[in-house]
Amino acid sequence: MSMATTDPRAAGPAPFVPQAYRVEEVTRELADTVSLRLAPLDGARPDFRPGQFNMLWAFGVGEAAISISDVETDGSFVHTVRAVGAVSGALAGLEVGTRVGLRGPFGTGWRVAEARGADVVVVAGGLGLAPLRPAIQALLADRARYGRVAILVGARSPETLLYPEALAPWQRRPDVEVLVTVDHAGADWAGRVGVVPGLVPRAAFDADDCVALVCGPEVMMRFTVAALRHAGVAAERIHVSMERNMKCAVGWCGHCQFGPAFVCKDGPVMRYDAIADLFSIPEV
Amino acid sequence: MAYLERILGEHPFFAGLDDEHGRLLAGCARNRRFAAGEYLFREGEAADEFYLIRHGQVALETLVPGRAPLVIATLGEGEIVGASWLLPPYRWMFDARAVTLTRAIGLDAACLRGKCEVDHHLGYDMMKRFLPVVVKRLHDTRLQVLDVYGDD
Ligand SMILES: Cc1cc2nc3c(=O)[nH]c(=O)nc-3n(C[C@H](O)[C@H](O)[C@H](O)COP(=O)(O)OP(=O)(O)OC[C@H]3O[C@@H](n4cnc5c(N)ncnc54)[C@H](O)[C@@H]3O)c2cc1C
Ligand code: FES
Repeated sequence: MSMATTDPRAAGPAPFVPQAYRVEEVTRELADTVSLRLAPLDGARPDFRPGQFNMLWAFGVGEAAISISDVETDGSFVHTVRAVGAVSGALAGLEVGTRVGLRGPFGTGWRVAEARGADVVVVAGGLGLAPLRPAIQALLADRARYGRVAILVGARSPETLLYPEALAPWQRRPDVEVLVTVDHAGADWAGRVGVVPGLVPRAAFDADDCVALVCGPEVMMRFTVAALRHAGVAAERIHVSMERNMKCAVGWCGHCQFGPAFVCKDGPVMRYDAIADLFSIPEV
Repeated sequence: MAYLERILGEHPFFAGLDDEHGRLLAGCARNRRFAAGEYLFREGEAADEFYLIRHGQVALETLVPGRAPLVIATLGEGEIVGASWLLPPYRWMFDARAVTLTRAIGLDAACLRGKCEVDHHLGYDMMKRFLPVVVKRLHDTRLQVLDVYGDD
């Protein structure tokens, strides 16, 4: 896996012109979710930072922001798409050999290297594991440079846990604490049942010297941030990945405005202290 | 007795417990061990004991007619099982099943309620420990009900 240290937009082609990619592989992850492995028809795949996204263009339908969930050594991107509407539905229905337009990568990434020397707590809910997977891979590839690493994963049910084939080897590692929970389960599930913020007090990390990376549905992130704050983690040590509707993806159109920020360019990964007042924690 | 007092004091639920209360509580306590698959209690039974998990995992379950039992929550080391012993009619609302071998301290509910009535300082201390757990579980349940993962 190679990651850029400079802004990839500076080097890439014109930001509005999609490049043609070929679908090399389609993996069904969940009933409504597939992973697409995409290779450029021309040239090399641009560098990226974990947490960034591409704009994927389903020809004849439209474009959607989709996080980079992995890269392969053969130079392809992996994107995990959940069919929720017209574009994502068309992308999730693509077959091997078909073409797709791709612009990007865009946005800020997880500042994985900045966490060196500190404990790292990764909290993923549902599809939120997709943009976090490259960050986890980067952490584990350079494991000795970090303190304790805790990966907390939540999903709706055992059947909807994303990437079980990736979770299993992480769980086997003695140098990583992986805690998995689901909201609902039958009696045949031997794992935890409960919401993902409930894992925070169960994980071992130094609240004064840790970095937290959080991604998932916004409500889940609000509760997770509350649990991290309650555990004593400072707001500036918490990073969240925001989602807003995107159009240009380069900070021009204003579609993705989030208070004074644009999620496409100032995000999607943002420091919690910068957005805390927009990201209010309602009384429940 | 001294052994149970020490174990009680070491459990996170009783962190910072004063010695006098520790002695009173230990008088209501006993060691419990549940094999995997064994039930701590069943829905509708008298809520006559509550548990501090020392080791293992417990699933709170309910039966939905025509379906397999549903797990509502799992509880692990350092957590407590059961709040129904606090309030009338003192009946369990769910089944509690040991998922793995579970070691716990059981506290006799009638004994505990009696001591709390006599010593309101102890009663207030117990309430201050219980309420945050109950409120947190209420919040967690609300989040579960929100079904935040949508169409996953
Ligand atoms: C930075 C970023 C990264 C993203 N990464 C991914 C990714 O890795 N995989 C992926 O599948 N999607 C991802 N998304 C979400 C994706 O871009 C949107 O779901 C997009 O709107 C899909 O377009 P559509 O035309 O299919 O659906 P739309 O027509 O836009 O929406 C259809 C329905 O789905 C609802 N909806 C839209 N977006 C979401 C959402 N995010 N969650 C729940 N419901 C939604 C809408 O309210 C509407 O009811 C990301 C979004 C952003 C901003
Ligand atoms: S999508 Fe246009 S400004 Fe962000």
